[in-house]
This record gives sequence, structure tokens and C-alpha cells, in this order.
Amino acid sequence: MVAMKDTHITMAHGGGGIAMHALIEEVFLEAFSSTGKKGVQEDQARIVLADLVAKGDRVALTTDSFVVDPLEFPGGNIGTLAVCGTINDLAVGGAQPVALSAAFIISEGFERIRLQRIVASMAETAQQAGVSIITGDTKVVPRSACDGLFITTTGIGTIQPAYHISIAAGQPKDVLLVNGTIGDHGATILCARGDLALETSLRSDCAALHGLMATVLDAVPEVHCARDATRGGLAAVLHELAEASGVCVCLEENAVPVKSDVTGLCDILGLDPLHMANEGKLVLAVPPKYAQQALAAMKAHPLGRDAAIIGQLEAAPNGKGSVHLINSLGHARLMTLPSGEPLPRIC
Amino acid sequence: MPHNYNREAFRDPSLVNKLFAIIEATAKRIAPTRTVPITIMEVCGGHTHTIFRYGLETRLPDLIEFAHGPGCPVCVLPRGRIEEAIAIARHPEVIFTTFGDAMRVPGEKGSLMLARAQGADVRMVYSPLDALRLAQENPNKKVVFFAIGFETTIPSTALTLLRAKALGVQNFFLLCCHITIIPTLKALLEQPDFRVDGFIAPGHVSIVIGTQPYTFIAEKFFRPVVIAGFEPVDVLSSLLMILQQIEQGKALVQNQYTRVVTERGNAKALAAIEQVYEPKLECEWRGFGKIAYSGLQLREQWHHYDAERHFRVTPSKVSDSTILQCGAVLTGRIKPQQCVAFGASCTPNTPLGALMVSSEGACAAYYQYQGIQKWSQ
Repeated sequence: MVAMKDTHITMAHGGGGIAMHALIEEVFLEAFSSTGKKGVQEDQARIVLADLVAKGDRVALTTDSFVVDPLEFPGGNIGTLAVCGTINDLAVGGAQPVALSAAFIISEGFERIRLQRIVASMAETAQQAGVSIITGDTKVVPRSACDGLFITTTGIGTIQPAYHISIAAGQPKDVLLVNGTIGDHGATILCARGDLALETSLRSDCAALHGLMATVLDAVPEVHCARDATRGGLAAVLHELAEASGVCVCLEENAVPVKSDVTGLCDILGLDPLHMANEGKLVLAVPPKYAQQALAAMKAHPLGRDAAIIGQLEAAPNGKGSVHLINSLGHARLMTLPSGEPLPRIC
Repeated sequence: MPHNYNREAFRDPSLVNKLFAIIEATAKRIAPTRTVPITIMEVCGGHTHTIFRYGLETRLPDLIEFAHGPGCPVCVLPRGRIEEAIAIARHPEVIFTTFGDAMRVPGEKGSLMLARAQGADVRMVYSPLDALRLAQENPNKKVVFFAIGFETTIPSTALTLLRAKALGVQNFFLLCCHITIIPTLKALLEQPDFRVDGFIAPGHVSIVIGTQPYTFIAEKFFRPVVIAGFEPVDVLSSLLMILQQIEQGKALVQNQYTRVVTERGNAKALAAIEQVYEPKLECEWRGFGKIAYSGLQLREQWHHYDAERHFRVTPSKVSDSTILQCGAVLTGRIKPQQCVAFGASCTPNTPLGALMVSSEGACAAYYQYQGIQKWSQ
């Protein structure tokens, strides 16, 4: 095969000819067939409706595009992010993930061995999560049109009839929980770019959360809200919750778990861990009577060892949601969202 | 941070509570001698940030007010300078490098971030040395570093130029917008209606310049000065030291930030600054106007590194909107929310005035932390 000898992706790999078919066969199908059944290549994946119906009364559908610099970093790569991110978007709705699609936009000149490495880790992550990657697409674009590799994944899942989790379902007195330290991913990416010349032991928290979510849902009869805190950090999720539920979110700053390396990095750069991205952090709002149960369930799971209660919801005067941060001195202040991506403050 | 210190100790709630209690008792003793409140200026934006982040102002006795000073370099950068930066960045052969701080600062027509979106090669760096490395890696490009900031960043740009010279790098340039704090404090103090009773002096700047340059404030203008660290305990201790001076009728320069600040400062850093830069006759500050000797320029032997000369930039003069009262806020005459534009036409997303630009600016801090209230826990 021609493609086998190629060390780099070229425009030919997106041209619909022999090179493209070889690439799909040798890189993508080779890896992703391990996550599901091998079969005839149709233009679409087919899912048996009865299998879905048996598992729930609603289908959840979500899609997400992944761009990250650098593509590989301690704790993961763009491929593991693309699998976990979409699984997590399903999981926080109470959905059991069933299958994913994966679309790749690759710039010409991309190293084939690197692509294989990323695709292999995607397959491994999906397999571990018990989710199949059942359809996909590949495009190759000129070097100037994309810097390396972009991946879009779409996922479907099934929701059991009993689950009614919503970002708008937060109630006054609900207790807020998070499954571990925040900001690890954002801080890891900043360091992995290499221009800070800082050495840390930080790793991205990139992880599929559906197992943890299932554990919590088994243990707790009522979960009002669940979200994974990704871009924009814990702050962004809490703002979404406050606005959608029309409540005041009261966050205890000192109760939020943060690794000292993350705090240190943020102090140096004038950033706030609350705004730093995560890729494996689950934020829950549960009725106060179930808070301890939820905490215990989280702590018993490998992805929730550092879980903590971080605050609670309060009734909002005139129903207008807001987020309040209570610091170690007992002082409460309004937490606003930054206007864009937080930029390091140096001077 | 040169010392590995226990940061939590400087945020200890019991220590903070004790300091508030002593400050209150001291204020009570001083109160009968005062007809107007005591106004303390924290010069540095870092202190403004601490005061708001920890809500220190809300727990102070009525007698004490903070005036939020000019020490946020991004805030006081004139809009014309941003226009000049953008004009240079648009040259096709230029890689324009800047600290993240300056990326979003609006000029007259846009920001460096917008210029980048429109095709200029603008890159964020963490150190001027990164910019120098870019110049070495891209010999066919001209790499320009946007040199902004006070004495906290001046030594790093000076040392970078010294290294550029040693390495013989020809394609590296500085757009020098450095400013110095001492002439500015002097200009403030010389204003006839300047009401500030004492200064919390900047910590990081003082690591470089030492405590000695503040002496004139105590001796000539009879105002207490305390150089402070950036944790709540630092700021409150410094405030207390100022109040004690006021109570005792003294005006001294004291150093609270002893863990890093010395009397003479950092001799090597000062020598590097001296070697590369000289004061300009006058320098424009956003919100202040022109202040004599408050800006730096490259000495003659460094002129071939000067981006303004190399790119023949036409100085761009952009006036602030006349409805804004940035100057009055900066000098402590009014509080941010007393300005008509505050929160209306001037917000952190659409900053019209200097102090709304950076999170360290007084107006942005007021805006961000507005609606402060206590929650029963």
C-alpha cells in the first residue's frame, strides 16, 4: 500500500483515492474496530433501536470540537480529550454513553506516527469507557488552513426514565460538590506549551466521568444539577447554574480543592484557579439531605477521592442568579465572569 | 519568590481579625483630632486587588478611606501608545510580542488582540527573553517587544537588551513605554488639593528600587510611607503602621515587606536600568496627563534597538473622553462609582477610561466586586 510508506499526511490522504482509503483502513479502522464490531463500511453507522429503548426513555445527543495546543500533554492528548469530553457531556445529563462518531481535520505535513499514536489512545480510552467509535470522517487541509489536528466527536447515550437532571433544576439549600482538584488541566496545558520554563508534576485530569456519575446516581435518589467544568473553569459552570436555576451560588473559596502547584502557577501569572479549564471535573447540586451520601459515593470512586462539598445554593432575590465567593476571612464578594479567556498578568 | 514562606500565615483569619481590632482602636484614638477622614493611597494595583479580593475596605472604620493610586501600568498606558504598537505590529516583517496584560487594552480603534485577528503577527510572551529568542529563531523577521511597566519589568527589558547586544542580535527591538513611580508620586504630592494622608508603597517596585527613594515623601511632604507586601496581613499591618505614625505625629518611610525589600534595592537591576535607559523630559499618563521625568527612553547608544525610531512611528495622540473622571479617581478626589460613566458606558467589557481596563484598575475592581454583602454562614 502507498500510504504505509508515507511518514507524513499529504493532501493526497484527503483526496478520496487510494491514499485516503489506505489511511482510513490502516489508521482509523484498525484502531477503532477494537472498540466495536467490524463490519461492512456503510456511509452511516446503524444502531438497533430496540437496544436503545431497552436502556432508557430518551436519547441524549451531544457534539464537541477539540482544538488544543499542544496536541499532547502530560495526562492525555487531543484524542483522549475528544473521547472523554463528549462522554462527559452525555454523562452529566444522566445518560449512559452508547457510541461516538469522530471527525478529523488534519493539516498536510502532520506526522503519520503521531496521528496513529493519538488515534490509538482514543481507541484505548473509548474501550476502557465501554463506548464504541462507530463512524467518522477525515479531511486533509493545506498547512495554512489548520495548525495540526482538530477533532470533532459526537456522542449518543440513553437516559433512564427516573433521571431528570437539569442545569435549571437547582433549588435553594442544595449542596454543591466537586469530585476533586480544579484547574489541573488548564495549568498543565500552560506548562506544556513550554514557554513558561516551569517544571511541575501536574497532569491533565482528562477522564471519562460516566462511571463516577453512575455511581452517584445509584447512591443518591435525587441529583438536581450536574455539569462537567471544562473551558471557563468552575466559575463558568457555577454562573450557568446560577442563571439557569435563578439561584445564588455561594461558593466557599477555601473548600474548593486546588493543588498547590496550580495555586502557585496562578499566583505567578495573576490567574484564578476558578477560571482554569478542567477535563474530568464533575459539579453536582443535590438536596442537603443527600449531600453526605453523594460525597461518600464520590469519594469511594477512583475519580472522586478528593471530592469535597464546596458550597450551597440560596434563594436569589427577584430570581436573578448570581455567584458569591466567600473567602477564608468570611467575606463574600460577587464573582463575575471574565470577558474572554483570562490572560496572564505579568507587569 | 526568593523565599519559601508560608503564604497561609499571611491570610490567617485570626491574625486578620486582630489587626482589624487594633486598627479600629487606633482609629478611635485618632478620630477626635480629625475633621475629615484619613485617606490612604495604595499606589500599586496589586494592593488594590488584595483590598477588593479580601473585602478589606468593607471592614475598616469609617474614619479610614483608601484612594486607589496610579500603579497599574496597563491602566495608565495612553491609548495613543496602543495605536503605535498596532501600527508597528501591522508591518508584514514584524513579530510583535507583548505580555498578556496589554493584549486586550483598547486603543482608539482596536486592541492588539483585534490586530492579531486581522492578520498581524502578535504573540504573547512571558518574558522579554522569550521575545529575544524569537528574534534569534526568525532572523528574517523583526521582533518587537512591547516594553511596558514600572521598575518591576524595567530590569528584565534592560537585561534583555544587554543580552541582545552580547549575542549580536540585530533584528530585535523595544517599543519602550516604561514609566517610573517616584516622579509620579512627586507630581501627585505637588498638586495643591491632594488629600492623601499616607501611602502604602508598592512591594514589587521596591524590591528593585529599595526604600530610600521614598524618603522625600516623608521629609518634604510629611506623609507616612509604608512599603507593603500583597497578602491581607501585609496590607493591614502596613495600614496600621501608617495610622500609628499619624497618631504619633510622625512621617517616616517604613518597610513592612522586609522579607524581600531592602533599603538600597537590587543593585544589579538598578545598574542594568542605568546602563540602558534615561528619563524622558516628560511622559504622558492616561488619566493624568504629562508628568515630568516619569518615563524612560533608550540611551543614545541603544537607539538602534528602538522600535519607535526604526519604524518611524508617528506619535499618536488620543484624548480620553471628556466625561470621564479618571484623574479625580486616581487622585482620590472621588470614588469610582461617582463618575457618570462608571458601569454605564464604561465597563470592563467596554472600558472607556484607564482604570476600567485591567483587573488591577480601581474602577474595574469596584465593578467586579460590586454588590459586596455578607452571607450568614
